[in-house]
Amino acid sequence: MAVETPHTTEEKKTLPLLRTEELLLNLGPQHPSTHGVLKVILTLEGEKVVKSEPILGFLHRGVEKIAETVTYNQFIPHTDRLDYVCAMYNNFAYVRAVEKILNISVPERAEYLRTIVAEVQRIIGHLFWLGTQALDIGAMTVFFFTFRDREVLLDLFEELCGARLTTSWYRVGGVERDFTQKFIDDLSRFIESFHTKIEEYDTLLVNNRIWLARTKDIAVISGEDAVAYGLSGSVLRGSGVDYDLRKVSPYGAYDKVEWSVPLGTKGDTYDRYWVRMEELKESTKIIRQCLAQLPEGEYKAYLPQVVAPPKERVFTDMESMIYQFKLYTDGFKVPEGDVYCGTEAHKGELGFYIVSQGGGKPYRLKIRAPSFIHMGAFDFMAKGYMIADVITIFGTYDIVMGECDR
Amino acid sequence: MKKIRPFRVPRGMESGTDHALAKRIQTDFPSAYLGATIFRGDLSVHLNREEIVPVCTLLKNDPALDFDYPVHITSVDYPNDPERFEVVYEFFSIRQKHQIRLKARVPEDDCTIDSLTALWPGANFLEREVYDMMGIRFNNHPDLKRILLPDDYDEGYPLRKNFPIQGRGWRDTFDFQK
Repeated sequence: MAVETPHTTEEKKTLPLLRTEELLLNLGPQHPSTHGVLKVILTLEGEKVVKSEPILGFLHRGVEKIAETVTYNQFIPHTDRLDYVCAMYNNFAYVRAVEKILNISVPERAEYLRTIVAEVQRIIGHLFWLGTQALDIGAMTVFFFTFRDREVLLDLFEELCGARLTTSWYRVGGVERDFTQKFIDDLSRFIESFHTKIEEYDTLLVNNRIWLARTKDIAVISGEDAVAYGLSGSVLRGSGVDYDLRKVSPYGAYDKVEWSVPLGTKGDTYDRYWVRMEELKESTKIIRQCLAQLPEGEYKAYLPQVVAPPKERVFTDMESMIYQFKLYTDGFKVPEGDVYCGTEAHKGELGFYIVSQGGGKPYRLKIRAPSFIHMGAFDFMAKGYMIADVITIFGTYDIVMGECDR
Repeated sequence: MKKIRPFRVPRGMESGTDHALAKRIQTDFPSAYLGATIFRGDLSVHLNREEIVPVCTLLKNDPALDFDYPVHITSVDYPNDPERFEVVYEFFSIRQKHQIRLKARVPEDDCTIDSLTALWPGANFLEREVYDMMGIRFNNHPDLKRILLPDDYDEGYPLRKNFPIQGRGWRDTFDFQK
């Protein structure tokens, strides 16, 4: 069979030399840069993204349904598994929502302990993000450096509660146990030297031409669009919107220490990187001040109907034993009503909406997961960029699929 | 004429009728407004589902209200109520720093409500999740399909109260299960 080629100049004019059409490409679900199991169906024109459709749910475990069958305290370990690299903040967000519906407050020392650990968790989260984002872009060394330092903090968590990732350290009405002196010493030592570590990361990235080319003017989103899409956290602040729940509705000890909210200007991947790097420094400041101010006192509220009494009391005191028995069999009773409580986790606004009809189990529990909502803006942000930039957009959201799919 | 569910303030909650935002909705949309409650400092306004879009248009576009940030959209199932489902919207205004929660009831036989995607593009995924989990259909939604569960999943809607906690299907046909 003869090969059909345009012979005459007349034909050359009418026929295109290259066949062009849109290409459909499945990215994921098994791809190392999708930060879990996420699939995106990309419609490409050459190497440009025309449309992208995220396919979620590969990690869906029905956590919201499970919540309806367990007592409020039993749900705390389930929150660890939402955003499994930052379990502490999930615990914090959840217990805050339960405390809001119960209308109880926690002792001052517990507030400080919670704030310190939450900020340590934020540092861990940002280090994890920085390492993987740089790895996605091709800078391998940053990953080793950040994971080396993350390891120190995870060892601290192990000292604190026996677990590195699934911590379950927060409790309704306080925390599970107090800091040890070793924890405080190790944390202070880390915080004192952490700025040198940040400088070390900067030497690898700040003047790195590849890093700048891959992050500057990539995935730009204006402040107004970011708000309308419901983006939060560093992604929103990278677009210059001053919205940080730690300032808007302060909790913990955030209103008792001096710190500032870094804001980007352009809303590109570089600004979000810059915001997170500044937040690392702010977290260091918060932890240093909190450790200096750390008041004496109880680490758990004395509310026997909600908070399990200390073990010494349970073994010596009949009343405490009854309370403990009631708590671990029926759970505490929560008044009828519904609350939403948002907490500034390092990924964005992590909120819990709890509907109670009285009784020991939530009637309905909804998790406002920042990763899920960020994926809603994915198509908007990826449009018009190269396929290689799609990978950096996953990174810049800092998505964790455990939280996204719940 | 459709039967409007008489609104009462539940036990333990304050009435929110005097709240400025609730008053504003009441004066602008008297037919949509059913009542308002305040619980733990959060204002909830109960609305007729027919007028959810006009009310939200006011909330978003009025500079004094300025609800630019969609916090979450979710749904609750009350199987024993005449209007079975409740769609819950939570909005926040980043400039005005105030919050509002809207609640609209949806009956089971006509399980639809209008979509807010045109106002807040972020509502797209949130409404898809409500559809996926509770089976409430959103009119005028650009791409209403399942989001967390597979597209061909036909065992119902998991967050409805009559959906079993334990899985059912092939495994239940095993002999030792009986």
